[in-house]
Amino acid sequence: MRAWAHAGWEARLLLRNGEQLLLTFIIPVGLLLGLALTGLLPDAYGDDRLARSVATVLTVSVLSSAFTSLAIATGFERRSGALRFLATTPLGRVDLLAGKALATAAVTCLSTLAVLGTAAAIGWRPPAGAAWAVVPLLVGIASLAACGFALAGLMRAEAVLAVANGAFLVLLMFGGVIVPADSLPGPLGGIAPWLPSGALAASFTETLVDGVVPSAGPLVILLAWLSGAALLAARTFRWS
Amino acid sequence: MSVSDLVVRFGSRPAVARLTFDAPHGQVTAIVGPNGAGKSTTVAACVGLVSGWTGRIALLGSSRDPSRPAPAAERARVGVMLQDGGLYPSARPRELVAYVASLHRDPLDPAALLDELGLDPSTRTPIRRLSGGEQQRVKCALALVGQPELAFLDEPTAGLDTEGRHAFHDLVRRLRDDGTSIVLTTHLMDDVERLADHVVVIAKGRGLRSGALDDLVGGEDCISFSGPLDADLAPLRAALPAGCEIVESRPGRYRATGASDPLALSAIASWTAQHGARSSSISVGRESLEDVVLDLVGRQP
Repeated sequence: MRAWAHAGWEARLLLRNGEQLLLTFIIPVGLLLGLALTGLLPDAYGDDRLARSVATVLTVSVLSSAFTSLAIATGFERRSGALRFLATTPLGRVDLLAGKALATAAVTCLSTLAVLGTAAAIGWRPPAGAAWAVVPLLVGIASLAACGFALAGLMRAEAVLAVANGAFLVLLMFGGVIVPADSLPGPLGGIAPWLPSGALAASFTETLVDGVVPSAGPLVILLAWLSGAALLAARTFRWS
Repeated sequence: MSVSDLVVRFGSRPAVARLTFDAPHGQVTAIVGPNGAGKSTTVAACVGLVSGWTGRIALLGSSRDPSRPAPAAERARVGVMLQDGGLYPSARPRELVAYVASLHRDPLDPAALLDELGLDPSTRTPIRRLSGGEQQRVKCALALVGQPELAFLDEPTAGLDTEGRHAFHDLVRRLRDDGTSIVLTTHLMDDVERLADHVVVIAKGRGLRSGALDDLVGGEDCISFSGPLDADLAPLRAALPAGCEIVESRPGRYRATGASDPLALSAIASWTAQHGARSSSISVGRESLEDVVLDLVGRQP
């Protein structure tokens, strides 16, 4: 599969990019330290402050790498013509996008390890069933990467940049990530669990805080976003 | 490769309108024409980057499907250099060329290829900080590194300095001699005169002329001259030495072949004087390609 070759190429470029390293490693680790060690944010975290912070930060890092960064990078590669050119090589379109998604997954997994390592260093002890978190991690990456591709293929690179960053901030604050869905005011609390951000945060909370097998609901919501975004991307993705 | 009745529309405006030409196997074919003539669009349709065209495009023995991208087996045999970018700005030249080489079964050596094109393969400068001409060399290397049987090069010499153009000419000639078919677009008639075996002239999306370079500009034993449209050539034929033939090569433009005898020139000079043409319209040997192309394009409504 040439997709793997392309994933290697993409990962190499990603890990050399300073801005990307900031988004992938520094910000999630800093956010974890901020949420866990200061009394900064919501009382809703209660006694499980550290464990809930881990769940929150992993959601942020998946959103940031698999959605925002992927969408922006893809948008600019569309503009620079890199996508058009690679589509004419033996790599082709399907392997090109698959390779990008695989590289994103690999980098997000590295980011996850950095967050978990930091959490362990400041005293987090994972509950017995924490390994189940692999399921929401992989489903979340796939779902948000599909959303990222759908966005990147839809509009101009500058618009992708603005929308991907805007959506990231809005989801962070009002999408059931930093503030849990059940602590959000009014109708927001009802909407957030249906968003990919809220569903992913809920599934991470189940596995990393409660240590239980993730329930089907949030995963089904993530898979629904995955199929919707994939269909949209298949219909509307423009290569230049 | 052959294209027939190609029509490509962007919205309601046809960018290419019923274009027909051949690019003979194992030759260098140059597509020339003014800005906006449809050269890049034609290349994009041939390599599967625009869809929804009508007509027929056949390359390497199979017909292209307008609704699909090019199949994998074909992509491995066709190299493409796009006019609008195609580079990763943060990558270094050699690693990018080496990556694309790794996608091919039997690639050229990336470092040797960059060196041949006049770019230091050991440079660690990211592509975004290279000059336009240097980026152009990287794009060219990307198109050729897979040893394609057919290469499409869209404006390969744009922004290249003289050394760069000559290095490019040498490389293209070597590839052609090794059996590679090459289709390139250019604005530089010097590129065409030095490289092309076959020339396609287009303007406003229409093909004006497609043929061997020698047919377009004549050979060393030719004399070209102007005259009235559809002139009666019988008196001139009678005055010319034996073995000399005359044709109307384009409307109002005539060419005598086998005219190396200066007496032919004298007969032609008398004839043009009787028909009111200027002596500057007479050209001995090959015609200037630039004049031929300007003349063809200028006749377009």
